Amino acid sequence: MKSYLIDSMFFGAVVSLAAYEAGLFLKKKFRLAILNPLLIASLCVMAALILLNVEYTHYYESAKYISYLLTPATVCLAIPLYQQLELLKKNLKAIAGGIAAGVLASLLSVFLLAKLFSLDHAQYVTLLPKSITTAIGIGVSAELGGIETITVAVIIVTGILGNMTAEFICKLFRIEEPVAKGLAIGTASHAIGTTKAMELGETEGAMSSLAIAVAGLLTVLGASVFANLI
Amino acid sequence: MKLLYQFSIILFVSFLGEILYLVIPLPIPASVYGLILMLAALCTGIIKLSQVKEAASFLIEIMPVMFIPAAAGLLDSWPSLKPIWIPVILITILTTIIVIAVTGQVTQQMIQKEKKKKNELGKMGGKE
Repeated sequence: MKSYLIDSMFFGAVVSLAAYEAGLFLKKKFRLAILNPLLIASLCVMAALILLNVEYTHYYESAKYISYLLTPATVCLAIPLYQQLELLKKNLKAIAGGIAAGVLASLLSVFLLAKLFSLDHAQYVTLLPKSITTAIGIGVSAELGGIETITVAVIIVTGILGNMTAEFICKLFRIEEPVAKGLAIGTASHAIGTTKAMELGETEGAMSSLAIAVAGLLTVLGASVFANLI
Repeated sequence: MKLLYQFSIILFVSFLGEILYLVIPLPIPASVYGLILMLAALCTGIIKLSQVKEAASFLIEIMPVMFIPAAAGLLDSWPSLKPIWIPVILITILTTIIVIAVTGQVTQQMIQKEKKKKNELGKMGGKE
């Protein structure tokens, strides 16, 4: 039975999709922010792999076809952005200032906390790109001498955390302007957060998409400077 | 057929992004180049919204699913994460809150300042 699962071209994709459906169902039924479909799906997949005694690499062999769509999907984030272009032009200064401040806050807070927990250089640079999209983050981490697998895990956890809590944190800090909300979510929690921003509204979604690209690029520059601090 | 046509345009832009990634020696992924190319193509009218809209909406809607394989990768990275997971999770939670608060507040205050300025200018113009 096990070899069927390992050699299958579809097992990984089927498990992932079924787990996501389960996540959607739970979210619909209980309407709690903690029941995030991506979080539930990921936990279900991990549980399934452990129970069925299937190694992650075998799962990934067939699940990777889902991830294949990630690049085209990110390209598509240009569309909501294009539809809100007037808004972008109108608030250009505030948008640039907000994202730059957010990226700086991210790098600075990782630096200070890494100092506080006395992390070494490799551990520190592993965390530096934690708020940006996985594809850029891996590159930054590798370039600076970080541990790539941990960077990926932290980026994903950050994304899910942002997705689950962004609405609440915005309320807590009285961030009500849709442009500000979208930028905050995208800068803090990249594409995974953006899926939440899309739910909040068109403006939020577009601004969050914009923040993925801009914050990603600014972090590439900023992280190379901050990397020398520890 | 419409969806297939739209999908092929999206894949073509992704492909161009991939080429830029291979040619330009920066740690910027194909997807970000592609996003910028798509935006430029829409702004200049090379690609019309109607040529990509439905397929794009579908891809964006199912985007969370695409992160499941990477998220389940935690299973494999756990051994190297285990010794530092407490500081890592604390840093993750704290910085996420800080970045949302700072980005949101700075943007909001700059927008409100700008609005005020415009209102004052408008009032002054009215008096004169």
